[in-house]
Amino acid sequence: MTEPIVRFHNVTYSYPGTEEPALRDISLEIMQGEYVGIVGLNGAGKTTLGLCVNGVVPSMLSGTRTGEVVVGGLSVEDYPVREMAKIVGMVFDNPEFQMSQITCAEEVALGLENAGVDVETMEKSVSEALELVGLKGFEERSPLGLSGGQQQRLAIAAVLAMKPKLLIMDEPTSNLDPIGKQEVFGMATTLNQDYGMTVIVIEHEVEVLAQFADRIIVMDGGTVVANGSPDEIFGQVDLLEGLGLRVPEATALADILAKRGLWKGPKPTKTDEAIAAVTNLIGVKA
Amino acid sequence: MSKRNPKSTAPDTIDTDLAIKVEDAHYSYPAGNVVALSGVNLEVDKGELLGIIGQNGSGKTTLTKLLNRLLKPTSGNVYVNGMLTTPRTVQEMSAHIGYVFQNPNHQLFARTVKDELEFGPKNIGVEEADIAERVEDAIEFFGLQPYIEEHPYRVSFPIRKLVGIASVVTMRPSIIILDEPSTGQDHQTTRIINSLMRRLAEEGTTVICVSHDMPLLADVVDRVIVMRNTQIISDATPREVFADRELMLTTNLQAPQITEIALGTVTPLGGPIALTPAELADDLENRVKKGAQK
Repeated sequence: MTEPIVRFHNVTYSYPGTEEPALRDISLEIMQGEYVGIVGLNGAGKTTLGLCVNGVVPSMLSGTRTGEVVVGGLSVEDYPVREMAKIVGMVFDNPEFQMSQITCAEEVALGLENAGVDVETMEKSVSEALELVGLKGFEERSPLGLSGGQQQRLAIAAVLAMKPKLLIMDEPTSNLDPIGKQEVFGMATTLNQDYGMTVIVIEHEVEVLAQFADRIIVMDGGTVVANGSPDEIFGQVDLLEGLGLRVPEATALADILAKRGLWKGPKPTKTDEAIAAVTNLIGVKA
Repeated sequence: MSKRNPKSTAPDTIDTDLAIKVEDAHYSYPAGNVVALSGVNLEVDKGELLGIIGQNGSGKTTLTKLLNRLLKPTSGNVYVNGMLTTPRTVQEMSAHIGYVFQNPNHQLFARTVKDELEFGPKNIGVEEADIAERVEDAIEFFGLQPYIEEHPYRVSFPIRKLVGIASVVTMRPSIIILDEPSTGQDHQTTRIINSLMRRLAEEGTTVICVSHDMPLLADVVDRVIVMRNTQIISDATPREVFADRELMLTTNLQAPQITEIALGTVTPLGGPIALTPAELADDLENRVKKGAQK
């Protein structure tokens, strides 16, 4: 068994000036190369969990944290965020807030400059990162002239230039149209499958997670309440709906029919699986 | 005082039952002369629930900003409740048409959530007792009780977004525009927005919702207009729009998952273009039972 890239051991955390913990006694492991989706209501602790992984908690946000977070073999409280950035990259839902430079190349180079990387290595890393996110040739363009999907991919390139082992995306596509969404998730899949990068994505759109993630973590009130494959997790329709969460529409359909005694077997989460199962159920191919 | 465009021959008011009438509207942003809207015609009935979809940059937000008079058409006419918008001020129009911004940070400024909800109706001269009742109702409907004394910027972004919606709802405009109301919202708050839209329409309010959230629109609106490259390219029911695969493809939009499942199974057999899992489940149940009788 390989060493997990992320390990939480009995982690409890409260933001400065608050008594109610944002995370309560969390223990979990994420292995190198996994593509993990995190779902939960707003305020469930999803973003806080991400901030514990990249070291913003506790290095930049004080508060009270107990337990242990080990990322890439390092105990995060012992390292500043800029050191953790070599292992963990994190992007948020508002890429334009992360843009500060005149050209795309400068945007991507920013973190490397701050890390004191030499010019030659920097140029190489910048062009590699832009190529990874499909923005090769955009070096001299202004970040502000890009579409939403392109801006988000640029923000991801800026973290990839640091060559992290782990990418955390916090609602990366909530401001994007469907094509921008597919662009960002498709790119993350390439990074995961072809480069072995570990991906953690916080996302409300469960159909997208069912399509891309291989594990789902469900959070509620600062705790992890379920953790397993998309089929295992989304199959527990009553549990998720009880928490105020949605399951993919494919799964909801199977669940309604199962409750009427008309659906046998596993409940699908993906569109093509559902089409095959429904075709089988009615015995007529469209 | 109305400032009339000397070149315009459009009447200041028209006699109409329509909530909105847009005639051949064009708009170019002054910077760089970027065309954002070209030749848009649109009629919206009072009490209609209308969705606007399209890629980022297709002209959706520009169109809605013409409606509330934040922008004036470069040419063409926009009527709201029969009034030509161009000679009127944004403030005059705000009593008729409420606009909920995608980003609540663009519209919130009061000291507490409660003040924020009271500000709009106070500003348009609603009586004290009436304001109290509207605010009470909004607090209950949106579940804002725990936050009423908080500063709007101290509450979480999703709650702030609900405050932004609630602060427009308390003005009771006859038309409400919601720009991406469910962005960044979880399922629970999206459900609140869903029931809000239904309730507003039941009360006779015209609701226009710009959104990428296809399941939300599929469940709520009666009519969808699709925008592409500064124009309206389709205007139909959600079923017709989502079933049009060519349209979905050319606009890079995606129908809800359940609609795609229906289209891949029962629709070609004469079944429904389902918009919700329950609808498809009912159709499948009938088919399975009929199959068993044979």
